[in-house]
This record gives sequence, C-alpha cells and structure tokens, in this order.
Amino acid sequence: MAGSTRSATNRAAAAATRFSAKLRGVSDASIAWIFIAPTILLLLAINIFPLLWTIYLSFTNFRANQPGRPVRWIGTRNYERLLGSEDIWGYLQATAHFVIWTMILQIALGFGLALLINRNFRGASFWTTIILIPMMLSPAVVGTFWTYIYQPQTGIFSYIIDFFAGTGALDMIGSVTLAPWSIIIVDTWMWTPYIMLLCLAGLRSIPDYLYEAAEIDRANALQKFWYITLPRVLPFLMLAVLFRGIENFKMFDLVVELTSGGPGSTTELASINLKREAFEKWRTGYSSAFAIILFVTIFGLGNIYVKVLNKVKS
Amino acid sequence: MRAKKIAAVAGGAVLAAMSGAHAQDKEITLCWAAWDPANALVELSKDFTSSTGIGMNFEFVPWTNFADRFLNELNSGGKLCDLMIGDSQWIGGGATYGHYVKLNDFFDQEGISMDDFLPATVYAYSTWPKGTPNYYALPAMGDALGWVYRKDWFSRPELQDAFKAEYGRDLGVPSNWNELKDVASFFQGREIDGETRYGAAIYTERGSEGITMGVTAALYPWGFKYENEQGSYDMEGAVNSAASVEGLEFYKSLYDCCSPPGHSDAYMVANLDAYKSGQVAMQMNWFAFFPGIAKDEVVGGDISGFFVNPGQNIEASTLGGQGISVVAYSDKQDLALEYIKWFAQPDVQAKWWALGGYSCHQAVLGDPGFAATAPFAADFLKAMSGVQDFWQEPIYAELLLAMQQRVHDYVVAGKGTAQEALDKLIEDWTISFEDDGKL
Repeated sequence: MAGSTRSATNRAAAAATRFSAKLRGVSDASIAWIFIAPTILLLLAINIFPLLWTIYLSFTNFRANQPGRPVRWIGTRNYERLLGSEDIWGYLQATAHFVIWTMILQIALGFGLALLINRNFRGASFWTTIILIPMMLSPAVVGTFWTYIYQPQTGIFSYIIDFFAGTGALDMIGSVTLAPWSIIIVDTWMWTPYIMLLCLAGLRSIPDYLYEAAEIDRANALQKFWYITLPRVLPFLMLAVLFRGIENFKMFDLVVELTSGGPGSTTELASINLKREAFEKWRTGYSSAFAIILFVTIFGLGNIYVKVLNKVKS
Repeated sequence: MRAKKIAAVAGGAVLAAMSGAHAQDKEITLCWAAWDPANALVELSKDFTSSTGIGMNFEFVPWTNFADRFLNELNSGGKLCDLMIGDSQWIGGGATYGHYVKLNDFFDQEGISMDDFLPATVYAYSTWPKGTPNYYALPAMGDALGWVYRKDWFSRPELQDAFKAEYGRDLGVPSNWNELKDVASFFQGREIDGETRYGAAIYTERGSEGITMGVTAALYPWGFKYENEQGSYDMEGAVNSAASVEGLEFYKSLYDCCSPPGHSDAYMVANLDAYKSGQVAMQMNWFAFFPGIAKDEVVGGDISGFFVNPGQNIEASTLGGQGISVVAYSDKQDLALEYIKWFAQPDVQAKWWALGGYSCHQAVLGDPGFAATAPFAADFLKAMSGVQDFWQEPIYAELLLAMQQRVHDYVVAGKGTAQEALDKLIEDWTISFEDDGKL
C-alpha cells in the first residue's frame, strides 16, 4: 500500500517536472495570459458581450416577446424619444431625489451612531447587533411590512405622528407629497447600519496616539473631531457613499413593494420604469437605450467620484 | 428457484416503473390565477380524472403576478402549462405569436359549437381577430365587474331616514353613478355601531391592471370608446371625448370623496378586505368573488346584496373572465384537448356553476331557473349582456401600462386634468401602434 502511494507521488512529481520543462520555453507574458484567459473569457461572456449587444439593440425596434418579428435598425430614434420625454426626466428626478436624501440622512445618522458605538459603553456590542438587524432583512419583506406600518388607519407610524403632532390619519403611501419620503425613511432605516458599520471600521482604525497628541496640544473635542476623526474616517465614508449611491440608483424591490411607483408616477424610479418597459411592455430596443443612458450616467458619476475619493485618500 | 424469484422481483420493478412513467404521461398541468374559482375548478376536475384517468396538476399564481409569470412562460415557449386559462386580453397575443392552438378543427371534429356559449363571451374570450370565427379558446369563466353593498345597513330605518332627509329619495341600490356617489358620500365618515365607515372601495391599483379596470367601469357607462370605428385605431375624439373626460373626472371625484383612507393602491383583495372588515358600505369587485361573499361567515347571507355596474349614459360593465386554451408548446396537446372536450359538456358546465365557477354555456345561463340559483345570478346575466373589454391587441400589456400610468397620475396623484390624461393616453397608444406597424 505504502509502495503504491509512493509510486503515485513519484508519477505526479514526474508529471509536474515534465509540465515545468514544457513551460520553460514559454514567456512570462504567455503564462500570465494562460492564467487570466478563463477569467477574461468569462467577463467577455457575461459582461462585455451583453453590454455590446444591448448597445446594438438600443438602435433597433427589437421586442423580446416577438422573436419572429424582423429587427429593424432605427438609428437614434429610441434615444431621441427618451431624451425628449417629460416622463423620463420625471423618473430621473424621482431617482435623484431618492438617492440624494437617502445619502444625506444615512451618512448623518450612520456616522452619528458609529461615534456613539465607538465609545465602547456597556452593552455596545448588544446594541450594535440590534442596530444591524434591519440591513439583514430582505428588502421585499421590509417593503411589505412597512406598508402595514404606514397604513393610515391601523399603522403605528400614522398613530405616533398623530399622537405627537395631531395630524390625523397620515396617508404616507397615497400622498404625492409624502410618498417619496416614505421610501426615503424606509431605506434610511434599513441601510443606516451599513454606513455605521463602515464608519465604525474607520473610527477603530484611528490610532490612539493621535488623540493623545491632540490632548497634549490642548485641542478641544470639536478640533479633535475636525482635524483627526473626520479626515481619517472620510475615505471609509466616501466608499460607503459610493456603494450606497450605486445601490440606490438602481433601487427596485423595496419601492415596488411599498408604493409600486405610485401614487401616479411619483415614486416611479428609473429602475422601476426600466423594468416595466423591458419586461412588461416588451419594448426591448427602447429599454436598452434607457439602460445605456443609465449605465453611462452611473459609470460617469462613479468615475468622477472615484477620482475625488483617490484625491481624498492621498 | 432463487433465479426465478429475482426475475419476478425485477420484472415487477420494471412494470412498476413503467406504470409510474405512464401515469406521469397521463397528467396535464392547468395554469390559472390563484383565486376562489380556481379552487372550484380543482374540485370539478376530479370528475375529469375519474372519468378519463388523466391526472390534473394545477399551477395557480396570485393575480398581481399572474400576467407577468404566465406571459413570460408563453413568450419563452415554456412547457409548464398544457392548458392556460389566460386573461381575455391575452387572446390577441396568444393567437398572433402562436402561443395558443387554433381550435376550429377540433371543435368541428368533436361537435363543439360556439353557438352553445353566450355570444359576448365567445367574442371576448375566444376569437382573434375580434369577431371572426377563429377560435383560440373555449369560454371558461365568465366575469364582469359588479358591486356589493351592505344590505343590512341600507335597511336600517335610522339610516334610511337620514338618507331621505339629505337626498330626498330612498336609500337603495343606485341606478346610475350619480346615485352611487350620493350613497357613498352618505356613508363616508359615518359612525355605525361605534365605528367610522366609508363610502366605497374602488379599484386604484397601480402595478398591474387595477385602476384601469376600475376607471373603465365608469368610462364605459359614460360612452367611452377606444376607436371611432372598430379596427381603425383612430382614437382622437373617442378616447378623449367630452363624455370620456366627464367619466374620468367622475371617477376621481368618487375616489376623492368616498374611498377609505389609504385606498390608493387597491385591487380585488384590498377591496374584499375593506368590505369584509366593515370599513365600507360598498365595494366594486369581480362577480367571481360574489359566491365567496355570499357564503362568508361575517358578511354573507342577508348582510350583503349585489348589484350590476350602474349605467349613466348607457348600461355597460367592464369585462373580466377568461377562456381556456391549449398551449402550443405543450407535448400533451391531445390530453389537453380531451379536457376541453370534457369541459364543454353541458352537465359539466352546470356543475361548474354550482361549485362557484361562472359558466358561459347557454344551457346553464339560459335555464329558466338560473336567475334564482344565486343572489347575484340575475345581475351576472344582466352584466354579461353589456360587457366591454380593454384592447385585446397583441401589445395589450403596453397599452394597459400606459393607461395605468395616465389614469393613476390623474385620479390618485391629482396631476393635471382628465382631458390631459386622456390626450396623453392617445399619444402613448399612438406610439405603441406605430411601433407595432398598425399605424
């Protein structure tokens, strides 16, 4: 038995030697290509090809539910319709409103919570766990149960607001003014812990000696925050904003469950409209053009943001 | 001896496996929405299995995902469903894109006559192009939009007196939309048995088809038409006629004055909930739910009454209901056709009605005693004589979503005017028909 194991080991070693002898004649660049080729092929298949295909489709009248229909090249007509549509600008505005306000609130609250938790008070770990629970839930579930919380007659949200402000039954989801805020509140409730977590990582990475040096220099609490804490946490914070910004730009499930884009089109975010155009109306060419516009917007903004982030880091 | 035993066991196993595979071959899957009539169909189909030996599987999806789920199934050529009870509006796409099997030859061969079914249901559920004798479905489930009201509240003397004092007439089933609004206004915010009640639960759902079905229940009686001439796609002056604008304005005023708080995204289930929980005096809903309401422990029996969609300028109701089709991608079309042949029999149709399904068969509906079989039976007959349906074009989903957006924007979100909403709707529909090569 031992003999057979040894001979197998020998055979494997001989094979490895033969392989390395063969490789000896291959350049380093070629070896590198051999190793990265599968990944590149995979990327081409699942990222680059669909992107190029989508770009092509955006110039056609293609409908995915009518495969037998002749595909006609229609030039930039889809883009002209999109850019000339009042509705599309409305969806983009609704998206921008959602992204900007969720970012502002989540950063303020997330950073604040991180500063509190970082004080390492008794029970800090317990409270950290409790605070993290919302982000562990499924957005579809969160959306569904918040519709009950927002219910004007039986929901607790309306009851609490009415109790303190005497507003009467508050129809958060059915009101044009309040519906955009209803989705902002839920997203903030759900994702503030994520920002808190990243900020906490930033705060924990600040060495104590910096604060000790500041103490010696008689810096007050505000100065310590402004000159030590904030600059040290800023890269983490900006990273969190990047992640959440991209996520919220393509927000879908939570809003569909909460408002279905309504009332009217008040909370119809770009991603919801894109899904409706692509998979309910089956206007594949048109929705491809919309997807490309969204991609270019996110990609462009993301790139600018990453450059700023790098500057902040350096 | 031992070898013989082994051979016997092996032979038995092979036979069992073969019979299992055979049993699986003799099974078909029927796809429909998950709602009360689907349960009745499960019950009914047991007779089919016992008489033919063909097993039945059912794939039921809630209404909110019904179109999404099964249209994707059809568009992708899926083999999940052998039989499809698809919405009436699917018939154009089902026929044009080849999802449904054309049934003319089969009907001829089996002696199934479309004259045996209510003409309105044959037109709506079976034919494409509309009104031509090209059949892609057998009328399976007749349905229309109707109303349910709290008969017990309506009959209370103190409420009757109060209503008469306010409106100068008796509190009763409304005969037109103006009267319906009066009744709804009367109940809105009224204290009954210590609880605040509201007027009417109407359809306002945004995501699928809800608000369109609700709005058209008002638009049709006002005289709304999709085209100036059928098949012309000439919509200017029809869709946005003065009567249509008035009908849409009325629906919004009904939503504003008389719906319960938070009723801004409500369809069938939300209306049922609002009604059963005692929030509202009236609800609009499909006749399909009426057997369940009539039998309900809380609001059933004498507590609830039913009435047909009120007229205004004309008598008209929004069409619901579905036909049953054989899916063209099914490998078991022969078994599926067997089911349709069985389902078309008058005695099966009679049992279908008795179990809570809405038969479209003349033998059932034309029976002199039919109107007395249920408290809503007479209203159902009346409704089916004046039904109108949404576009049944292959691109109906696109047309429907445009209407959902425009009317929800106006009725619920209060954006713009009714005239603007209908004008924009024509613009949307024109683009859709241009893209589809119809204009």
